[in-house]
Amino acid sequence: MKRDSQTPVELFDAAITGQRHAIGRLLSLVEQGGEAADAVSALTHEKSGDAMVIGITGPPGSGKSSLLSQLLKVIVAAGFRPAVIAVDPSSPLTGGAILGDRVRIDATDTATFIRSIATRGHSGGLALAVPGAVRVLDAVGFNPVIIETVGVGQVEVDVTASADTTIVVANPGTGDAVQANKAGLLEVADIFVVNKSDLPGSNDARRDLELMLDLSHMTGQEDSTGRRPPIIMANSLEGSGAAELWSAIVEHGEHLVATNQIDTRRAKRQLAELRSRVSDALLDALDNELASEQGADVVAALSDRRITPSEASSQIIDRVIRID
Amino acid sequence: MTDTPIRIVLAKIGFDGHDRGLRMVARILRDAGCEVIYLGLRQTTENVVAVVEQEDADAVGLSMHNAQHLTLAPKMVESLRSAGLDVPVILGGVVPDQDIAALMESGVAVILGPGTSAEDVVRSVREAVTSRS
Ligand SMILES: Nc1nc2c(ncn2[C@@H]2O[C@H](COP(=O)(O)OP(=O)(O)O)[C@@H](O)[C@H]2O)c(=O)[nH]1
Ligand SMILES: [Mg+2]
Repeated sequence: MKRDSQTPVELFDAAITGQRHAIGRLLSLVEQGGEAADAVSALTHEKSGDAMVIGITGPPGSGKSSLLSQLLKVIVAAGFRPAVIAVDPSSPLTGGAILGDRVRIDATDTATFIRSIATRGHSGGLALAVPGAVRVLDAVGFNPVIIETVGVGQVEVDVTASADTTIVVANPGTGDAVQANKAGLLEVADIFVVNKSDLPGSNDARRDLELMLDLSHMTGQEDSTGRRPPIIMANSLEGSGAAELWSAIVEHGEHLVATNQIDTRRAKRQLAELRSRVSDALLDALDNELASEQGADVVAALSDRRITPSEASSQIIDRVIRID
Repeated sequence: MTDTPIRIVLAKIGFDGHDRGLRMVARILRDAGCEVIYLGLRQTTENVVAVVEQEDADAVGLSMHNAQHLTLAPKMVESLRSAGLDVPVILGGVVPDQDIAALMESGVAVILGPGTSAEDVVRSVREAVTSRS
């Protein structure tokens, strides 16, 4: 259905000169996955690695996109060219999605680039599409690259948590601190934002977070360098807190460099991507094997109790990873 | 690899009104499996073009409830065209009968009047997108 008159190489040549539709097309290829995405990765891999990668996560409606629209203004005013990857869930039933993260953002500002990505059902896809999209935006010269995800699904959390700097957004009066703790967001946060600080209860929300941080200090779960994530109060309808947030992001980046953590984080990110890629490929191979005649024989032998579950699994594993 | 879903930008250009109708269309298209990039109210044609580029969208859906459709819809078509984007423009809202011919002439792909059924909305979008590629 999509017009693919240009090759990935042609698109990339156009993209690095700043042609926005070429960048948009490359991102579509990345989202498509498979060979198309591999071709784009081959072009962008070497040229990426310069951009600072920032993750923003938190409950739906907590004001992540609003905060981002304010933060982008600060980042552009500081002379940077930020790009955003805004991830929203696809409907599991229909595969469709409403992507509304860019409503408040001026798309004509050539210093910024925003792409909305739907999770498209299989979560494994997201774990590969997001790093691929980050590489494209980094390679064509955007910095920082910011990823917005809803902090619910595990893959969404993982994707954001593998950023250089991860921001967790909470709201007053919603028990977000407790929720964040349960969702495993507390351990991944480098910076907290209490957004909607204009609403009642914002000081309580701050205190809840402080308490959680105190606890993680006592249980030794904090950053190995003892750094305590700052808590920033923001009103994203007005823009207050956005400048403080940017300072905190820059500070955290400097902290990562000063404590030699930046390379470790990035290596961890590469490892996570490699792991998703290999496990996707192995799962595909497993499904093919199980669907094959020999696979069906093994399953039948198992059902008839002629072989044990462990024998069946060894036989399948041998077939899946056989080298021929 | 599954089929890529249709990506459509939904916007209301100009300064008037509410976006209830546009929201409804957004839900209809989402439920039909489309990825809807929702821009809502007070958009400019320039902004829509920039969004189509960045989102690599397949179609633009414009809602109009003012008398400006005769100028704004052709302007949208022309802006996309001059940016080299071969993307159909689908117009929704109240369009007087006597304006339909002129709008179609200017390159609007489909006009969906008030009361168009969900099935017709989906079918029109699908046809407009596939007829371009
Ligand atoms: N009162 C108040 N409302 C806010 C603030 N930030 C965002 N909102 C509102 O919260 C709603 C959800 O915002 P959005 O940015 O889309 O949240 P997201 O789902 O986390 O991206 C919108 O209606 C915003 O206008 C804030 O600081 N204060
Ligand atoms: Mg959002």
